[in-house]
Amino acid sequence: MSTHEHHDHGHDHSHGHAHDHTTFQPDIKEPSEEWEFLEIALRELLIDKGVITAREVQDQIEAWERKSPEGGARVVAKAWTDDGFRQRLLEDGNAAVAEMGFEIEALKLVALENTDDLHHMVVCTLCSCYPRPLLGVPPLWYKSREYRSRAVREPRAILAEFGTELPETTEVRVVDSTADCRYLVVPRRPDGTEGMSEAELAALVSRDSMIGTATAFAPDGEGRSG
Amino acid sequence: MTGPYSIGAKVKVSQGLPPGHVRTPLFLRGREGEVIRHFGDFPNPERLAYGLSGLPKLHLYQVLFTMDETWEGDGAYAPGDTVTADIYETWLEPL
Repeated sequence: MSTHEHHDHGHDHSHGHAHDHTTFQPDIKEPSEEWEFLEIALRELLIDKGVITAREVQDQIEAWERKSPEGGARVVAKAWTDDGFRQRLLEDGNAAVAEMGFEIEALKLVALENTDDLHHMVVCTLCSCYPRPLLGVPPLWYKSREYRSRAVREPRAILAEFGTELPETTEVRVVDSTADCRYLVVPRRPDGTEGMSEAELAALVSRDSMIGTATAFAPDGEGRSG
Repeated sequence: MTGPYSIGAKVKVSQGLPPGHVRTPLFLRGREGEVIRHFGDFPNPERLAYGLSGLPKLHLYQVLFTMDETWEGDGAYAPGDTVTADIYETWLEPL
């Protein structure tokens, strides 16, 4: 058990507001970093003061975890098959994905199209900005200090580690998501996919291809684990 | 309405090192780039971070830098590779 669970409340519990008996379930059992203790202290205070309930915290975590890259993959597959949608997506990402029922509040969604000549790869060097409504919770490597510092300096080395080899004639453009925009990469549609349905195409769109560290899967299964 | 900079404008990122919350990455301070997109205007994050309104809003631009100008050859990239960042107008100087 972690230290914060041992603490004795010491105050009178008969202070009026209805108690919420949901127990918050931490992912990390033994906090050690300063920010972890800060989060615990803030969360416990907010719950103690009745500003939020433990249930609301838990519900929000679970709501985020239900989102997945399948959402983004559906958006990409639609852009591949419907040129009008593709143009609307590139013009105004929020409005285009709203047509499909995805709400992205407050932030500007920017779709970037990868082509033979230009390959976008997204990073947030300052923190971990990520288009969560479309891609879900970011992978740990995306938030790591290593990826965040190397992506802007040695993008071709990172790409190689992801198995992505691009010719020198393709401009690799690293997009640092430093402010109010969230970037979705629309990978290049693989060759040999003519006539495939939107659902079949969506299955070719990996999470990493929408971050830009990889390309979409080939229809013959190349690049997949099997 | 694209604010003080138009698409294609050559700009320099301010060299400053102010304390507190900023959204301009250190590796681009003092670098020269080109405005490639105007995103609109947004509340100033350097004030929002301290519970202030962030008003007046600031124009936000996507600015393109060459890898060569940014790293002066010390990195794993090809000659034509680039990096962009989203930078608020207050951090940019005209060239």
